[in-house]
Amino acid sequence: MSEITPQIVAEHGLNEAEYQQVLDIMGREPNLLELGIFSVMWSEHCSYKSSKKWLKTLPTEAPHVIEGPGENAGVIDIGGGLAAIFKMESHNHPSFIEPYQGAATGVGGILRDVFTMGARPIANLNALRFGSPDHPKTRHLVSGVVAGVGGYGNCVGVPTVGGEVNFDPSYNGNILVNAMTVGLAPANRIFKAAAQGVGNPVVYVGSRTGRDGIHGATMASAEFDDDSDEKRPTVQVGDPFTEKLLIEACLELMETDAIIGIQDMGAAGLTSSSFEMASKGGMGVELDLDQVPCREDGMTPYEMMLSESQERMLMVLKPGKEDMARGIMEKWDLDFAVIGRLTDSGRMVLRMHGEVVGDLPIDPLAEASPEYDRPWIATPARPDIDAHSLPLPGNTGAVLLQLMATPNLCSRRWVWEQYDHMVMADTQGRPGGDAAVVRVHGTERALAMSSDCTPRYCQADPVRGGAQAVAESWRNLTAVGATPLAITDNMNFGNPEKPEIMGQFVGCIEGMRAACLALEYPVVSGNVSLYNETNGIGILPTPTIGGVGLIEDASRTAGIGFTDQDADIVLIGNTRGHLGASIYLSEIEKRTDGAPPVVDLAQEKANGDFVRGLITSGQITVCHDISDGGLAVAIAEMALANGIGATLEQPQDDPSESGLPLHAWLFGEDQARYLIATGSSGALLAAARDAGVPARIIGTTGGKTLNLPGGSPISLSDLSSGHESWFPDYMAGTVN
Amino acid sequence: MKAAVIVFPGSNCDRDVQVTLRKVCGVEPVMVWHKESSFEAVDLIVLPGGFSYGDYLRSGAMAAKSRVMREVAERATAGVPVLGICNGFQVLTETGLLPGVLMRNANLKFVCRDVHLKVESSQSIFTSAYESGQILRIPVAHHDGNYFADDGVLQRLEDKGQIAFRYVGPDGREDETANPNGSARNIAGVYSETKSVLGLMPHPERLAEPELGGTDGEGLFKSLLESLS
Repeated sequence: MSEITPQIVAEHGLNEAEYQQVLDIMGREPNLLELGIFSVMWSEHCSYKSSKKWLKTLPTEAPHVIEGPGENAGVIDIGGGLAAIFKMESHNHPSFIEPYQGAATGVGGILRDVFTMGARPIANLNALRFGSPDHPKTRHLVSGVVAGVGGYGNCVGVPTVGGEVNFDPSYNGNILVNAMTVGLAPANRIFKAAAQGVGNPVVYVGSRTGRDGIHGATMASAEFDDDSDEKRPTVQVGDPFTEKLLIEACLELMETDAIIGIQDMGAAGLTSSSFEMASKGGMGVELDLDQVPCREDGMTPYEMMLSESQERMLMVLKPGKEDMARGIMEKWDLDFAVIGRLTDSGRMVLRMHGEVVGDLPIDPLAEASPEYDRPWIATPARPDIDAHSLPLPGNTGAVLLQLMATPNLCSRRWVWEQYDHMVMADTQGRPGGDAAVVRVHGTERALAMSSDCTPRYCQADPVRGGAQAVAESWRNLTAVGATPLAITDNMNFGNPEKPEIMGQFVGCIEGMRAACLALEYPVVSGNVSLYNETNGIGILPTPTIGGVGLIEDASRTAGIGFTDQDADIVLIGNTRGHLGASIYLSEIEKRTDGAPPVVDLAQEKANGDFVRGLITSGQITVCHDISDGGLAVAIAEMALANGIGATLEQPQDDPSESGLPLHAWLFGEDQARYLIATGSSGALLAAARDAGVPARIIGTTGGKTLNLPGGSPISLSDLSSGHESWFPDYMAGTVN
Repeated sequence: MKAAVIVFPGSNCDRDVQVTLRKVCGVEPVMVWHKESSFEAVDLIVLPGGFSYGDYLRSGAMAAKSRVMREVAERATAGVPVLGICNGFQVLTETGLLPGVLMRNANLKFVCRDVHLKVESSQSIFTSAYESGQILRIPVAHHDGNYFADDGVLQRLEDKGQIAFRYVGPDGREDETANPNGSARNIAGVYSETKSVLGLMPHPERLAEPELGGTDGEGLFKSLLESLS
């Protein structure tokens, strides 16, 4: 056995104190295999050691929550005996190093988290954040990531229905690839990881184990430097075809009563799956590594235990069910092997060629991993920006044309047309709206889902930004008529050992907590990705929120496109002309300062509940939430969707709004607002008055132009060509 | 009408077409696993979309050599109607039941969006519920839909009325901008010489319900129901 030197310990990402704890737990010096297991189990990625303290403060309960954080994915009751199972997870580090495989295996990993629990995956979403468009690597990364997401999702036959794509220089050295899967399962048949029953067989199914992805979890727990490309061998390679077989085979086996516990082999592969199963069930486990199906000969125990080869599952079966289970796996041409048994020793014993090659206690390792209360400092508050201090644009129409063709506001069609968003034939609301709408197969219901975060707000004010991310998710689901039920959060931040970064994390959690409580919108699953830094430069704080909501009657929903001429356009919510940290400020004034918009959660709730009521009662079918770029951008999107124009007028009847400069009224990013188009605004305005919800008519639909106050008419064809062409032109290399 | 849907490992539109056959035709198709060497007598065989065997060799190439396809080919030769959608079309060209090949899309990218198709003729068991020249809106979702055959073959297809659908603009114009994948002569679907086998890249089963945003795909299944019942 090799001797463990301080250098080997450091290479495994453990600090001195942590190594001392290893020695205390083991009562002796570990061998290399054992050290490797500690290393992955205690990596930031697997142990949440920096974030645990704060994650615990998030609300996780509601009457409809069946399973909150702690399992592979969150589970919520959606009625009719069905549950929605969902989670979002990052694959940031691998995707930067090898964009196609990094993104592809990100999709594969999150799918497994969901079908492990017994759900058939019904939709994928992904939130992608790239560096500045003019950074030399950006085009290559966009191209690879989009191809990887599509290559995997299209082949497994799960529609990719929504997501986000954004650009900011802070992601130049650390792109974000956050993948989310939503699945459906019978509410009374949820599978969990816990192992039970001394002597029961531990079974390995799926792809064979190779030498890929060794120490991926450790890589994802450190900063990058200029030599990060050398980490390419730690990136896994995906096989969506095998994943498809694995989904079908597992779901078929789950129809029987053979499975006691099941866990996918994700980060830290066989190590973390077997540890988690044993630990959750309070069991011990003995594995015979000679039985592990391997892709090549001569693999060492170290390689087998730390490999992150994809498309593998571990399960504990009821005794005597092995042959039946093997039959199902063989039907799907998947490997099946009994690789061990459960014991009551509380230890993991690993054997190879008849010898014990590793022997570790399970509970201290899996449950007693380090937990840090890292020092943090709050982000200093920024002053508000007075819109009157900014020059009035000469032509608001020209400003809108310009904004609609910027990298962060232009159409993402180039991206989502590379994703099969219709397979399974239940996609009712396709990409490009506020939220995707996917029917619950064979029922009258549908699920709405979206992914949201405004990182520039989180940087400007983490508390407000965290609240805004949750509120915008809630608003997007509301805008299609769904009742928001729960979220999954994907916390992407820089190096937590820096108090400023830790302060961003703490602040975002505080804001998210407040919004989750106020909107009754609990967190049921999530993932943390820290150390998103290269050469000491961290990303914008990015707590991506994946939201899921329920539409009871799938025929009562709303879309963003105007459907009729001469309809009144009604604005719900107050407009204060907030331009701090806005897109207008960065694109037109080339400034990124100022406080982000205020998030008034009571108003958010009141306005949203009112709008949802209008949709579910069938009174409106056209609705859009107002977010990046403000009112004018939202109107432009509504006009472009079906090619129906509009004419806007700034109301002069409210003293708090009538004094607003035009650019603040048109492009301010005040929250809690929606736009509605309706032929019967009278009743609607009266109902809003009764409900205490601000509502006013701001324009009319019709024609083939968009007419803004203070601007010359914009033809929809000009608007559309600018909006649609940036992405394809950029990717073709004709613009920067 | 009795129908069978062939399921290869990696098929992923098998359920979609099963549901459409149920809803539009009122039939419960037999789902036939690729390892079967025979299955009950049916009036229609459907090869669904997906990525059979992962399409790791060439789309449809592995499926073309599968046990079940030997049986399908025999029945097709004997006159049993066969419908291949997307990957099913690729399998049909790979087995030689339909002429031509489906190459990688001209822009090398996967494409998923609604396209417009022109029904070349209503004189077939697959299109009798449509009008000749009717324009349909139906989605495509593929990486390898770029139909190619040499000029001689293409001319023969034209002469014998074997071109089933062409990509066109919403107004019926047939040009490059309407072609999502670079297919020769904007071909979206072709028949066998007897017109009893149809392969097409677009997915009619995805727009056969108003709730999904359109019903233009319904006609293909209604045609089959009328013709084969």
